[in-house]
Amino acid sequence: MKPLAFNGHGVWAIYRFEMARFLRTLLQSVLTPVITTALFVVVFGAAIGSRMSEVGGVSYGAFIVPGLIMLSLFTESISNASFGIHFPKFTGTIFEILSAPVAAWEIVLGYVGAAATKSVLLGLVILATASFFVSIQILHPFWMMTFMLLTAVTFSLFGFIVGIWAKNWEQMQLIPMLVVTPLTFLGGAFYSIDMLPPAWRTVTLFNPVVYLISGFRWSFYGQSDVGVGISLAMTVVFLAICLVTIAWIFRTGYRLKN
Amino acid sequence: MPAVISISNLTKTYASGQHALQDVSLEIRPGEIFALLGPNGAGKTTLISIVCGIVRKTSGTVLVNGLDIERDYRAARAQIGLVPQELAIEAFETVQAAATFSRGLFGRAPDPAHIERVLRDLSLWDRREDILMTLSGGMKRRVMIAKALAHEPRVLFLDEPTAGVDVELRRDMWELVRRMRDQGVTIILTTHYIDEAEEMADRIGVINHGELVVVEEKSRLMKQLGKRQLTLTLQEPLAAIPPELGDWPLALNANGHELQFTFDASVEQTGVAPLLRRLEQLGINYRDLNTQESSLEEIFVSLVGRKARQ
Repeated sequence: MKPLAFNGHGVWAIYRFEMARFLRTLLQSVLTPVITTALFVVVFGAAIGSRMSEVGGVSYGAFIVPGLIMLSLFTESISNASFGIHFPKFTGTIFEILSAPVAAWEIVLGYVGAAATKSVLLGLVILATASFFVSIQILHPFWMMTFMLLTAVTFSLFGFIVGIWAKNWEQMQLIPMLVVTPLTFLGGAFYSIDMLPPAWRTVTLFNPVVYLISGFRWSFYGQSDVGVGISLAMTVVFLAICLVTIAWIFRTGYRLKN
Repeated sequence: MPAVISISNLTKTYASGQHALQDVSLEIRPGEIFALLGPNGAGKTTLISIVCGIVRKTSGTVLVNGLDIERDYRAARAQIGLVPQELAIEAFETVQAAATFSRGLFGRAPDPAHIERVLRDLSLWDRREDILMTLSGGMKRRVMIAKALAHEPRVLFLDEPTAGVDVELRRDMWELVRRMRDQGVTIILTTHYIDEAEEMADRIGVINHGELVVVEEKSRLMKQLGKRQLTLTLQEPLAAIPPELGDWPLALNANGHELQFTFDASVEQTGVAPLLRRLEQLGINYRDLNTQESSLEEIFVSLVGRKARQ
């Protein structure tokens, strides 16, 4: 039998399996973030927008849309990818993945590719939903898609790590609940960090989410809290850290192989 | 003929310090059914898991058709199918989708005709659209076999394939295994059911405490290590074995109605004829006699017990 240089069928099998799971639960997968976004835009837009009509020349309702999309990208990417790899660990079906002629990076490509695809699709659905409530402009569509893709892939990689690391379903919720959500809310999703006192602004700059939201918002309205180049660089750095961690997991078999 | 699987000096020590395998060397011949027997925790599953890439070895080498399982893992694993001991299948997929997934995962192009053949062979075709979580345990076991066969492996590992299945499925599985062997597939099975190994295997390996105790042709193993038993049904019961019969290892059973003589069938002088002559001289009459070979189970217990005593 000819040795495989790239197990395309294997990657496709994993990708299709994961996408099938998404399609089986399409309604809840799409409806939940859409309703959440609509509520955020309506409630925040009405409650705060009535007191603060504009941020940097953009209506408050429109201003928070990139942050809301990022919030969904983070949570959906982490939850999809972590569930995707944790479920076979939990049920024991991981034996099949580990015994198959697929390289570690091909496994990652299948799981993370599917998780990122779902997140991007949801991001676009949320964007479309928000456009019903507020007027949105996208000044740099290419960069908007680039930031969206990079963020989805990066956080899906992060979710993949969480899924392998977690020993149970409680631990699966720990990182998203205790780390990601607070960092997102404190990362300028609903405000510009220019609004903060100087001391807190400095503290905020240690939050990596600030860079992601800032760069993404720039692609919409041309305004950002930090330089776009820095945003892009920070996203790539986070992506690289995730890749290195996953490479280490597969090299050592951490929580995958005895 | 070169070995399909060649294991040399394989050791495995888990992080806990448990020595699961100790210097195991074994060659599996192409097209044979090899039964690996051993008590719980003997190292059977660890051995299979290492060959299949699920567990990392501590040292030693494993070749599948000459391909190193680590260096040439893609080509090596593509030839192997595994049915693990635990019932582990996806919950929400259909039977057909699960088998199709496995074929793709192992790098094979879609072949609906082959999947249909496998599902029909396992009486799963009529249930192909069923969701896996709705199936019974026996049907799930069949699905696991279908998944393992979906990519047309040349070597099939069956780890306790009939544990907890009903008699009908067990017979079906034996039939399937024989059919696979006829198609040239090499089969390695572990089992707790010794009669299963006795019925199916060409060769038998016994593993205990991580060491291979014996690897032998089944027939030779039974001939070399097997004992025969002569049972005489007496006309009058005996209260005790007469001292005149002290030269023979005898046992008195069934309230003195049966006299049992265990002997080595592989030697020239079994001692049966002198015993019968002596009984006649002593006026001990019998109305029936029969001989019986020891079962593989008795040989297994003796091998494992002997090792434990050493």
